Amino acid sequence: MTDYNFAYLDEQTKRMIRRAILKALAVPGHQVPFASREMPMPYGWGTGGVQVSAACLVPEDRLKVIDQGADDTTNAVSIRRFFEKTAGVATTGRTSEATLIQTRHRIPEEPLTRDQILVYQVPIPEPLRFLEPRETETRKMHALEEYGLVHVKLYEDIARHGQIATSYAYPVKVEGRYVMDPSPIPKFDNPKLESEAIQLFGAGREQRIHALPPHCQVVSLDFEDHPFEASKADHDCDLCGSGTSYLDEVIVDDAGGRMFVCSDTDYCETRRGAGHLGRLAATRQEDAA
Amino acid sequence: MYVAVKGGERAIENAHAWLAEERRGDPSVPELSLAQIREQMALAVNRVMAEGSLYDPDLAALAIKQARGDLIEAIFLIRAYRTTLPRLGASVPVETANMRCDRRISATFKDAPGGQVLGPTFDYTHRLLDFKLAAEGEVPAAAKAAAPQSGPVPHITDFLNRDGLIQAEERHDATPPDLTREPLEFPANRALRLQSLTRGDEGFVLGMAYSTQRGYARNHAFVGELRIGRVPVEMEIPELGFSIEIGEVELTECETVNQFAGSKTEPAQFTRGYGLVFGQTERKAISMALVDRALRWRELGEDNLGAPAQDEEFVLSHADNIQATGFLEHIKLPHYVDFQSELELVRRLRAEAEAAAQEAAE
Amino acid sequence: MDQSVMTGGFSDPSIQAAWGFRAAMNAMARPGDILAVQGAQAPAPVSEAAAVLLLVLCDPDTPVWLAPSHDSDALRRWVAFHTGAPVVAARGEAAFALGRWDSLAPLGDYRIGTAEYPDRSATLIVEMDDLRAEGAVLTGPGIKEVAGLNLPDVAAFRANRALFPLGLDFFFTCGDRLAALPRSTCVTDPAEVS
Repeated sequence: MTDYNFAYLDEQTKRMIRRAILKALAVPGHQVPFASREMPMPYGWGTGGVQVSAACLVPEDRLKVIDQGADDTTNAVSIRRFFEKTAGVATTGRTSEATLIQTRHRIPEEPLTRDQILVYQVPIPEPLRFLEPRETETRKMHALEEYGLVHVKLYEDIARHGQIATSYAYPVKVEGRYVMDPSPIPKFDNPKLESEAIQLFGAGREQRIHALPPHCQVVSLDFEDHPFEASKADHDCDLCGSGTSYLDEVIVDDAGGRMFVCSDTDYCETRRGAGHLGRLAATRQEDAA
Repeated sequence: MYVAVKGGERAIENAHAWLAEERRGDPSVPELSLAQIREQMALAVNRVMAEGSLYDPDLAALAIKQARGDLIEAIFLIRAYRTTLPRLGASVPVETANMRCDRRISATFKDAPGGQVLGPTFDYTHRLLDFKLAAEGEVPAAAKAAAPQSGPVPHITDFLNRDGLIQAEERHDATPPDLTREPLEFPANRALRLQSLTRGDEGFVLGMAYSTQRGYARNHAFVGELRIGRVPVEMEIPELGFSIEIGEVELTECETVNQFAGSKTEPAQFTRGYGLVFGQTERKAISMALVDRALRWRELGEDNLGAPAQDEEFVLSHADNIQATGFLEHIKLPHYVDFQSELELVRRLRAEAEAAAQEAAE
Repeated sequence: MDQSVMTGGFSDPSIQAAWGFRAAMNAMARPGDILAVQGAQAPAPVSEAAAVLLLVLCDPDTPVWLAPSHDSDALRRWVAFHTGAPVVAARGEAAFALGRWDSLAPLGDYRIGTAEYPDRSATLIVEMDDLRAEGAVLTGPGIKEVAGLNLPDVAAFRANRALFPLGLDFFFTCGDRLAALPRSTCVTDPAEVS
């Protein structure tokens, strides 16, 4: 262990964050202000998620950190190392083995259980921010449940493009009350927001925490004649053959050749381990050999 | 063929090792000591202390060395370190009238009790590169004043205040809010705005101040007084029942005297802007005073002209360079998941448009 | 300062607080779930679970109100020594309140938050003689279908739910066990359900 307090933050800071988390769970979808601290990583790089994780971690936890669905992207590695060092917790890449998962921009494919906590890194927690830049105004709009602006924006999309042109950070309504930004997850992940797990959202720079308790009603905003659709690339994973997971597109040669692979690296590896093979899986194994 | 991007951990370690090497530069050139930075890069040290909100010249020097001279990076190091420090108590407000001034000027009066002291300023230097410095020569000693200042130096604005010529500041003992311990909330009171400005980015605050001079909420500022020097810091010890001096800090204080307000019922009066910053940081202190003044439009019964410097939420939300640089630079992080979702959407929209065009053509 | 004031805190504060919070969070996220906590002992009649909650959640930033059922010099000194929380004279000033149900009333005196900041509301720690997952029927966020909890009242919690998103949040404590009821939970009398 190190000279730092368990999980880096001092106890008073953790208490302040913990109180905010409890209020966030009590009022699902409402953004609770908290006195975010300056962390040893930059704002915008997961300081909110890190502070929420630090307030939740216990020594027995098994931590998984993903960025864009992958455990080995550099920022995920950096945050995982931070908690290995400051909290001494075990880490894992396996979704099913993790008790606390910190994520940026994805929800794991494998359904989460009641024994897990999902902590999101959130850049801009305010779903109305790009429609109204002023906090004083958006706070009033939430207070008055005045969400007409969001619907107008979505409707303008339909008028211009024939469909809703928001593909990530797709706004949701929580328990029929608060409109919430689920962080920049692809809208493909939105249905997974109704979960067995506790979901906590931390925005460090913007000093907000919001939360979804388990089994919380989360409805993606839409219109009767333009219902919400959780879309993804119309392909199967070229490595594991999954037809239902969210895919990354990878350019593989100068001629514009491309392949599609699961964004959730653990999901893909687990499937391949179980013998599922995609279109290009054999070639890849030759490469690796 | 495709191999999934692996080895993030190794890449990070290697990058950090390379960074350490680059930081040191050519090993045949002697390494900078912290004392050299502290003594010879003092204005950089002052800026790091001011915007890092931590008065410790040695730590600021260390941060500058570690950051390879990138001051915003150095400020970030200081802020992150500051978070880990326990808060033992709060000092008594410093009394700047008791400042031992190295510099003290007024643009509004030719002379005043306490006198004008130019001090160690770049003002009136000709900005010509001094090639003697390249030769690392010794500097001749500066002449010393015959009688150093003794006793308090009154504030220029106090003279105006005595005659009711300048708007009086209400004295109150309420504990001010603390920007670093409570989430920022709007509308902010003046204490909170001043906290935000004093640790705000020098360039940002300067730009905002400059905009008021160019007519975006112009408030006709004169430097009533600018003073730089050291003030004692005292702390009350409850067990003793009185306060003791725990050290001293160097501060730059700027009070501006601004356009007068008045009406048929209230006689005309000058108004004030205020800047107070750690270290010798006069550009920042003057800028702060101008922006402070611009933000006071509501309290002084002025019109909101829609100028950026009058917009408290705009100024306070964007003044912090650590917040700004973090969020700006985070767009370097991978975003391929969000991008992929946009890619799919644009493809689908294009396919539908093409199909529609084809249909129309047929 | 007598011994009882100085004892009863966490022996390993950062770890025990982490465990205590995890239980409190799970309880608040899943109304009706009953969890065990340990490691704190406050002067009688404070339960172990309530003592843990005080240590986990209270500090100089959180005014605490002690209901007559629990208010004593010994407890005031214990709270001051272990948490630094100011003990306040009025329900309306409290971030946290501790006591038995009847003693905590009237609920209307506590802060319920504002339309813009519904989170600025009090959390009540209700000491119980018994804690069972049966009685009042609970539905809402955090609950898969229905849950049960032997709440001391039904009408009061219904009235609280009607304030949503404003309102009070509750912990219930008994011995070393705790449960929670956030303002978002709908509470029904079992007689009405059957």
